[in-house]
Amino acid sequence: MFAYTARRIVYVIPIVLSVALVCFLLVHITPGDPLVAVLPADASQELAAQLRTAYGFDRPLPVQFGLWLWRALHGDLGSSIATGRPVLSEVMRAVGNTVMLAVAAAMIGFTLGLLFGLIAGYFRDTWVDKVATSVAIAGVSLPHYWLGMVLVIIFSVQLNWLPAVGAGPGGSGAWAWDWEHLRYLVLPAITTSVIPMGIVTRTVRALTGDILSQDFVEALRAKGLRETEVFRHVVKNAAPTALAVMGLQLGYMLGGSILIETVFSWPGSGLLLNSAIFQRDLPLLQGTILVLALFFVLLNLLVDIAQAAIDPRIKRS
Amino acid sequence: MSIMTDAALQAAPTTKARGYWSTVARRITRDKVSMACAFILVLIFASALLAPWLHLADPYQGSMIRRLRHIGAPGYPLGTDELGRDMLARLIYGGRLSLIVGILPVILAFVIGTSLGLVAGYVGGKLNTAIMRTVDVFYAFPSVLLAIAISGALGAGIVNSIVSLTIVFVPQITRVAESVTTGVRNMDFVEAARASGAGPFTIMRVHMLGNVLGPIFVYATGLISVSMILAAGLSFLGLGTKPPEPEWGLMLNTLRTAIYVNPWVAALPGAMIFAVSICFNLLSDGMRSAMDIRN
Repeated sequence: MFAYTARRIVYVIPIVLSVALVCFLLVHITPGDPLVAVLPADASQELAAQLRTAYGFDRPLPVQFGLWLWRALHGDLGSSIATGRPVLSEVMRAVGNTVMLAVAAAMIGFTLGLLFGLIAGYFRDTWVDKVATSVAIAGVSLPHYWLGMVLVIIFSVQLNWLPAVGAGPGGSGAWAWDWEHLRYLVLPAITTSVIPMGIVTRTVRALTGDILSQDFVEALRAKGLRETEVFRHVVKNAAPTALAVMGLQLGYMLGGSILIETVFSWPGSGLLLNSAIFQRDLPLLQGTILVLALFFVLLNLLVDIAQAAIDPRIKRS
Repeated sequence: MSIMTDAALQAAPTTKARGYWSTVARRITRDKVSMACAFILVLIFASALLAPWLHLADPYQGSMIRRLRHIGAPGYPLGTDELGRDMLARLIYGGRLSLIVGILPVILAFVIGTSLGLVAGYVGGKLNTAIMRTVDVFYAFPSVLLAIAISGALGAGIVNSIVSLTIVFVPQITRVAESVTTGVRNMDFVEAARASGAGPFTIMRVHMLGNVLGPIFVYATGLISVSMILAAGLSFLGLGTKPPEPEWGLMLNTLRTAIYVNPWVAALPGAMIFAVSICFNLLSDGMRSAMDIRN
């Protein structure tokens, strides 16, 4: 297990470096001058040149990348052009809210997905299966930002039960674990949970179907095992793949939260990314994407290791 | 032995075996869900294509006194938007851009990804490593994040949206194409073609392409659903087309302010995205099971 973990970690290093390279290059595929956001329209040539030197844009690209990477390794992702504050602290503060949203959505989506998937897989081609499969396919086909809007229309505009936007009463940034604050989490979390629910349902349904049609299940039943015992074997066999899919989905929720956070003005990393894009705040854009991508890589690594821990066959291959 | 062969040869014309693709076509035309989805898609495509000849209201012509009419208001079957423009006309015209931006990236990625995957899978070795490790880098980003990162860096615009979505889908299709190709490469008929002197290009084009295209095509059809959602999502954020162009994602964005006045009109463009997306998903599922002849 240790050898496998070490090997996996070594494999991740080139990925991390290439991710950093892609994030670095993002700023350089932008059309126009990266300084356009800070530079006043009537800035003199000297001021522009001065700022270019200050930000290091006058150096050759490989040198810039080296310097940027070196600073990034020390936790310095530069400072936001719009606010002047360090990018890393801005991102980290926002990421907390995104993690909270993703975890809440995962609890809803994974629970329902596992439930629907197991039921549908067990009762294949019955009406229960048809209902669960339809719910799942609707879940993966929904434009989730639109679902968010529809939920706001129903529960905020028409019924006036839940708040439409924000993460706390009065737009305050401080979070507290009480009903007043949790009310704000309900709609975004449900909206986020729909896609993972659909994907987990579909995966678990297919897995359960495959496992139930294998010979060993026949053997277990022939041996006289109770159906609850057989079920335990099915779950154990489905667990590694289901776990991998859920890990990936959690990563997608963390990294792909921008649309939902925009709909609900949820103050997470997605909303930060949104403002970085529209204020042309390139260091913030770069930093946010780098942090989110690294989270995703780390999560994939943890899932791989966890998968190998519960399924010894993976280590051997 | 020879008697049996003769008998088999004589029996052959009467029990003419159906070819693989005609069997698949027959199976899919018998699937009610797939056919219903295909019908809805044809309807949406045809109306978008023929929009100028459908005697619709002008999708750009607004009016301050006719803003946010309700669904079913006289003269406005689906109401009017926040600038008083006819919703029905805008939804139908909106299909033109929305469908292009949603589908073109998948077509481009299908062509590029299949070529890359085919070459990587067939040639193998260092070239395979180079292509597939590059693909891995893009897998280190969640697809929504990657699309928004590239679009955000390139700036708003239709072409930029198409470029960024293509970049998102190429690695996914390349991976599928590579794994299918690797599976086919070691089959006897490829070996036979090579033994009879066929060059690598001929083998790829004549002997392998037909065998790998099916699964890749099914995968790509499923991607259209994701692509529609992402493409409209980019416009929804303001990274796609610009007003006053009718496009479903952008319409959803500009109508967000109207949800307190006329909520259901505001939700209409999203329903169109959902309809196209779910139809492509169901069609892809239908094709997958139609091509799985074993069942």
